[in-house]
Amino acid sequence: MARPFFPKTFSLSRWLGILIKEFIQLKRDRLTFGMIVGIPIIQLLLFGFAINSDPKHLPTAVVMADPGPFARAYVAAMQNSDYFRIVGSVDEKEASDLLDRSQVQFVVTFPPGFHRDLVRGKAPTLLVEADATDPMAAGGAISVLNKLGMEVFAPDLPGLEKPVAPPVELRVHRRYNAEGLTSYNVVPGLLGVILTMTMVLMTGLAMTRERERGTFENLLATPATPLEVMTGKIVPYILIGLIQVTLILLAARFIFDVPMHGSLILLYAVVLLFICANLTLGITFSSIARNQLQAMQMTFFFFLPSMLLSGFMFPFRGMPEWAQVVGNVLPLTHFLILVRGILLKGNGLDMLWPQVWPILAFMAAVLALGLKTFRRTLD
Amino acid sequence: MEAAPLVIDVTGINKHFGDKHVVKDLALQVRQGEIFGFLGPNGSGKTTSIRMLCGLLTPDSGQGTCLGLDVLTESAAIKRQVGYMTQKFSLWDDLTIAENLDFVARMFGMDNRRAAVDQALEELGLTGRRHQLAGTLSGGWKQRLALASCLLHRPRLLLLDEPTAGVDPKARRDFWEEIHHLSAAGITVLVSTHYMDEAERCHRLAYIAYGNLLASGTADEVVAGQGLHTWEISGDGHNHLGPLAERLRQLPGVDLVASFGAALHVSGRDGPLLQASLEAKLRDNKVKITAVPASLEDAFIHLMQHSDDPLGN
Repeated sequence: MARPFFPKTFSLSRWLGILIKEFIQLKRDRLTFGMIVGIPIIQLLLFGFAINSDPKHLPTAVVMADPGPFARAYVAAMQNSDYFRIVGSVDEKEASDLLDRSQVQFVVTFPPGFHRDLVRGKAPTLLVEADATDPMAAGGAISVLNKLGMEVFAPDLPGLEKPVAPPVELRVHRRYNAEGLTSYNVVPGLLGVILTMTMVLMTGLAMTRERERGTFENLLATPATPLEVMTGKIVPYILIGLIQVTLILLAARFIFDVPMHGSLILLYAVVLLFICANLTLGITFSSIARNQLQAMQMTFFFFLPSMLLSGFMFPFRGMPEWAQVVGNVLPLTHFLILVRGILLKGNGLDMLWPQVWPILAFMAAVLALGLKTFRRTLD
Repeated sequence: MEAAPLVIDVTGINKHFGDKHVVKDLALQVRQGEIFGFLGPNGSGKTTSIRMLCGLLTPDSGQGTCLGLDVLTESAAIKRQVGYMTQKFSLWDDLTIAENLDFVARMFGMDNRRAAVDQALEELGLTGRRHQLAGTLSGGWKQRLALASCLLHRPRLLLLDEPTAGVDPKARRDFWEEIHHLSAAGITVLVSTHYMDEAERCHRLAYIAYGNLLASGTADEVVAGQGLHTWEISGDGHNHLGPLAERLRQLPGVDLVASFGAALHVSGRDGPLLQASLEAKLRDNKVKITAVPASLEDAFIHLMQHSDDPLGN
């Protein structure tokens, strides 16, 4: 009895038989197999290439009150630094609007008399307004701006060969989030992430559970129509979603001191839209999945990119083009902009449409798929 | 009985799942108040047929009526008047007994819901346990609850898919008493089963195998239809007839050998040949040979053995 835990009766061939059987079963279960292969690949791609906490090519608008050669040189240098992508020259009002609509990350304002002050060594003020709802996104670029002043102007200003003070004064306004608090970004973001998780998963499981336990057959044998069954199962989750939202908002307000500039009614309307989009997806998953495990796996398959590519975890603009394209399909990406816009920027209804229609489009596409795969009977 | 109207009257019903032809040209006539037994091996298409009758599945082709309603187009109306008891317990384990009944009553849109649920609980004798979770009930009680839930909306037709699988003999007997009681009250019952004693309790039977309806009629008609001649071979009770059974199977004219305790039932369609074979073989053995009427089980086993090869008989 030297090795009781490794008895001689252990049969390698029997063990192999079990192993092979497991592999065969795994192979038959296409979805599990896909997940086993897919999840590591996706994670590798996301973590390896897509996530960049030092985003470059950030859209920037320029307000040019004094279009002199120095200002042009400075703009060119910004462009060359790779951190900024100049989208155009606009007036002050337009610039502020672009920031509100999240179409630019920065607005750089060259004040009147910029050229004159610079030549006289009076260190003109360069105003940089940054959308700091996601503080991480703006950080790298702002530190680059500081260095740029020296590099651009020093060679052309003979009096400044050994500068003691920087030739321009950089004034950075962190709009919407003056202290650069990450919680301003994360807490509204959590709203979307938690809703995505629970809404998709819950509905997915609710339907497949019926099918798995055989109770679906009983349900179908009653005169209840598919629409009744579907909606009857969805509504409780809408309520759950709204309760979750209320809890998160209360926490945001009273624990994290997240400002709420916009309309709460508008916020709840947006939340309702987002909940519906996720429930549609959950129901569609449940009509494709054959059991609860598959529904769960599909949820995670959707959840992972939602977390990583939506701008929740990492700055959206830091991601390469293809990742942004994927991110733009996800409802969470647009929901995050909507929520941050309403809460932090006080956006009104008129500014929401560019983010609302992608969510509606997503819903319509998923619904079409869901109706196609929904099993009205047991066929 | 002959005068009673047809409750189920379908012909040429077909159903495919992918490239599997699960039900082939099913024709079925069931009269009102009848207890109609539906028999056949596992995977023979019984459940699929029942599901088509109650509108859970749409037949690929065929026509007919159920309760006077078209099975192809009026399944919603049929569902309202049919009580369907699934093979597997399909009430909600995580609801209480009363909640389950209440839910079903709601699904059928009953006006007097509370009264109906209370009455059902009363009849079941479960009033005191109404708040117990259905999942915690024993097999027999689950079956009674399932039956009560299908009767809640006072259906005119009951479709029972192997209702007594895994239920003890006493509960099965009670269950069948209830079925006969319902039948007497004018409710038509179509019941699928594997048990011969249950088949014999039905007014009429149908035998389906691999999608084909092979035999139908009363129990006696089904047995007679097989044209089987059966002999009972019994020893003195001490010697085993097992080895003998093996040898008998090889004999010409023997279609079927089945053990019944200390006796063997040997059946075949060709009576004289069977008798000659047996007499030649058993002349020296100390066994008794008696001609007995073929039983329903003999008939079904015979049907089952020949059903995968319909041209074999």
